[in-house]
Amino acid sequence: MRLDSLDRQLLNLIQSSFPITPEPYRELAETLGTSEEEVLARLERLIACGVIRRLGPVFDSRMLGYCGTLAALKVPLERIPEVAAVVNSFPGVTHNYLREGDYNMWFTLLEENPDRLEAVLEEIKKRTGITEVLNLPSKRVFKIRVNFDLGEE
Amino acid sequence: MLSPREKEMIRVLQEGVPLVNRPYRVLAEKLRMSEEELLDVVKDFIRRGIIRRFGALVRHQDLGYGANALVVWQVPEERIEEVGLLMAAFDEVSHCYQRPPRLPDWPYNLFTMIHGRSPDDCREIAARLARASGIEDYLLLFSTAELKKSCMNYFLEE
Repeated sequence: MRLDSLDRQLLNLIQSSFPITPEPYRELAETLGTSEEEVLARLERLIACGVIRRLGPVFDSRMLGYCGTLAALKVPLERIPEVAAVVNSFPGVTHNYLREGDYNMWFTLLEENPDRLEAVLEEIKKRTGITEVLNLPSKRVFKIRVNFDLGEE
Repeated sequence: MLSPREKEMIRVLQEGVPLVNRPYRVLAEKLRMSEEELLDVVKDFIRRGIIRRFGALVRHQDLGYGANALVVWQVPEERIEEVGLLMAAFDEVSHCYQRPPRLPDWPYNLFTMIHGRSPDDCREIAARLARASGIEDYLLLFSTAELKKSCMNYFLEE
């Protein structure tokens, strides 16, 4: 989808400073020199076409008491769709990517406690029969960036 | 620890901010509280770090950040701190984590997500990180397909 200059300015603004005030869209409109209706219409379009995945809070999963891991599986090529269906069926699996290399299926898993996390990984092994699994919980976070500057062109 | 009431507020807030003139009032009504009280709760959650960020989550791949690669590095344990901080300081690195190695077949213990305009650009960025850190053992793991990408829904079962 083509984004015009106002779309980009709007996206830059609401990634970092969405107003936490009674009329946030009117405030954004004032900052951008446009109308509240225009802001709402553009946001509706950006959400509908998937450029905006969610508008609202991003929670810190650790602060909520959740624990997470990054896991990788060695999946034979012909079994990828079937194994992906099992992995993706768990609501705590939020991202799953195929990557180059022997360990080719990489997914993130979040659960409310470590026991549940282990149990889900065991369940995935049991249901897929795949035994080569890397469980790679983070030991230290050096950086998580979530904002992307879209420029103004 | 979060109280049951706080978990309820998180369940409602994670539905997102609706596209209406007074969006917080809509969420506040669901929680049987005033708009003003809800705004205070959101600000308090941000202050406590429960909300990491408030605003739009954007699909950046579609927006000119054409290529990204997970780059995994084999760093001597005693250099992890220094190398982690060094790599995190690069603008092209969006995420940087230390993870445990899994020997024998997985010696990598530092994970960086790097973003470039093209796969070659990513390779060049990784080479620059290698030169800057002196870490020569690394792999670029380009994604070849996205099988799932969703937002987490917390506290659903209560």
